[in-house]
Amino acid sequence: MAMSDAMTAAAPGRQADSRPQAVLSARGLRREFGGFLAVKDVDIDAHHGQIHALIGPNGAGKTTVFNLLTKFIEPTSGTILLEGRDITRLSAARVARLGLVRSFQISATFPHLSVLDNVRVALQRPQGLGYQFWLPVSSLNRLNRRAEELLTSVGLADERHKLAADLSYGRKRVLEIATTLALDPKVLLLDEPMAGMGQEDIGKVSEIIRAVAKDRAVLMVEHNLKVVADLCDRITVLQRGEVIASGDYETVSRNEQVRLAYMGTAHG
Amino acid sequence: MADLTLSEVEARRAARFDLLLLAVGVAGLIAAPFFFYPIFLMKMLCFALFACAFNLLLGFTGLLSFGHAAFFGGAAYFTAHAVKEWGWTPEAGVLLGLVGAAAMGAVMGFLAIRRQGIYFAMITLALSQMFFFFCLQAPFTKGEDGLQGVPRGHLFGLMDLNQPLNIYYFVLAVFLIGVFAIWRIVNSPFGMILKSIRENENRAVSLGYSVQKYKLAAFIMSAGLAGLAGALKALVFQFATLTDVSWQMSGEVILMTLLGGIGTMVGPIVGAGLVVALQNYLATSPLPVTIVTGAIFMICVLVFRRGIVGEIQARLLRR
Repeated sequence: MAMSDAMTAAAPGRQADSRPQAVLSARGLRREFGGFLAVKDVDIDAHHGQIHALIGPNGAGKTTVFNLLTKFIEPTSGTILLEGRDITRLSAARVARLGLVRSFQISATFPHLSVLDNVRVALQRPQGLGYQFWLPVSSLNRLNRRAEELLTSVGLADERHKLAADLSYGRKRVLEIATTLALDPKVLLLDEPMAGMGQEDIGKVSEIIRAVAKDRAVLMVEHNLKVVADLCDRITVLQRGEVIASGDYETVSRNEQVRLAYMGTAHG
Repeated sequence: MADLTLSEVEARRAARFDLLLLAVGVAGLIAAPFFFYPIFLMKMLCFALFACAFNLLLGFTGLLSFGHAAFFGGAAYFTAHAVKEWGWTPEAGVLLGLVGAAAMGAVMGFLAIRRQGIYFAMITLALSQMFFFFCLQAPFTKGEDGLQGVPRGHLFGLMDLNQPLNIYYFVLAVFLIGVFAIWRIVNSPFGMILKSIRENENRAVSLGYSVQKYKLAAFIMSAGLAGLAGALKALVFQFATLTDVSWQMSGEVILMTLLGGIGTMVGPIVGAGLVVALQNYLATSPLPVTIVTGAIFMICVLVFRRGIVGEIQARLLRR
């Protein structure tokens, strides 16, 4: 008896193996602002080794979903699981420490710190170098090698002594990605990483994202549909705070509602 | 040495230049009492330390406090009371001022750091005004009269601080220790996090830093060091009064810091020196002090926004 119980119990487990469990999983995510429902019962999963795009027209609630997932905004209801652990009520900093790290729509660097220092700041905390006000700043030099590795991997090594403020827009975005990667996150949330970039930079950043997604889950908001088609394994389409479609590019692009939302016609 | 990049060589040269400036500055301060009135110099040093402590918060953490007089003046009361009423030695009195101000900073900071920008400034102002009215009413502050005739005593029971040169060098030593502490905090792993919070608070959160804890720690340190300055002032002038806890004092330290240059190490010292010197020289002239300092402040904001030292640094860097 016990044996057969164990076997039946194992069966769904094996099934789950063929479709790996999501690293990040949100269910019924909802947020009201006053009486306005900005995000309505959104379900979303991000899987290890996959790039997942979140798309939708302006004001669909993409950035709000990001803010909810990373706890920059409290969800009104719903649950968020990171590797099976409920993170719904944790603080933003705590969520980041657990490995769910985001970038921002507006390039988020530390403008008056050098490029190297930007990355070193991210490396400090995992190395336990945060509150030491009595140590000289040279105690951070042991982070230099890792910081320079990260900068080299995104092609910023030559500019490490520049102020972040002096970098071009595209380079700032790249620096931001390098800074985020310094935390070696389990889930990387990128909010429009290529917005406002030239074609050449888009190619480079796509390559970087593809490379980093091998060891982690990536969830990104992106408007450029060509990039989404090239880069992303799964797509979730948001409209007026609701998920209207989810699946691979083929499935989503055939969806009537998506065509209507994007082209204004079902026969585009 | 060979694999140093150009900017690293430059940085070393700049560091050597800084060290030279520092040596000249300290030598100047050691020689100063032979040329200037010691009380005037000590007033400068007290306010310079106060402004540096304030700058730790405004310049390096990005928090504008409008209530730092509470720490400066509060510490002056603590020290004056301990030395006069309890007969404590001056060094113990100064230490009490520092610890007392830091404790006040912990309470005020805890309440204020939950808000940002103008709201943060308003909460600090409100709390320091509450403290002002407490000092006006509380019996141990002697209300409008203040604590007068505070004895300077003997440092460690040995050095008579009633000798002008003795107290000057005591104040100078504490000033240098205080400024060194601020310099160390700013140029430390902790200081890097403070600067990152100043630069982009949300980004610091997204990197996993509990910014509230860092801000509170910086607030307590700034309050404690402002207290150190207030404690010294109580010994130098031998009194503690309501002036030191008034909102005008909070405004004055903002003025000094802005004038000298926010976020520079030397700026607040220069700003404090300038304001104190102006007050001193204008006191005997028919020109009203507040109007002149106000006019200088406006010129500063309009013409050189980085402040005196900030502007000089920017010019040197551009070359």
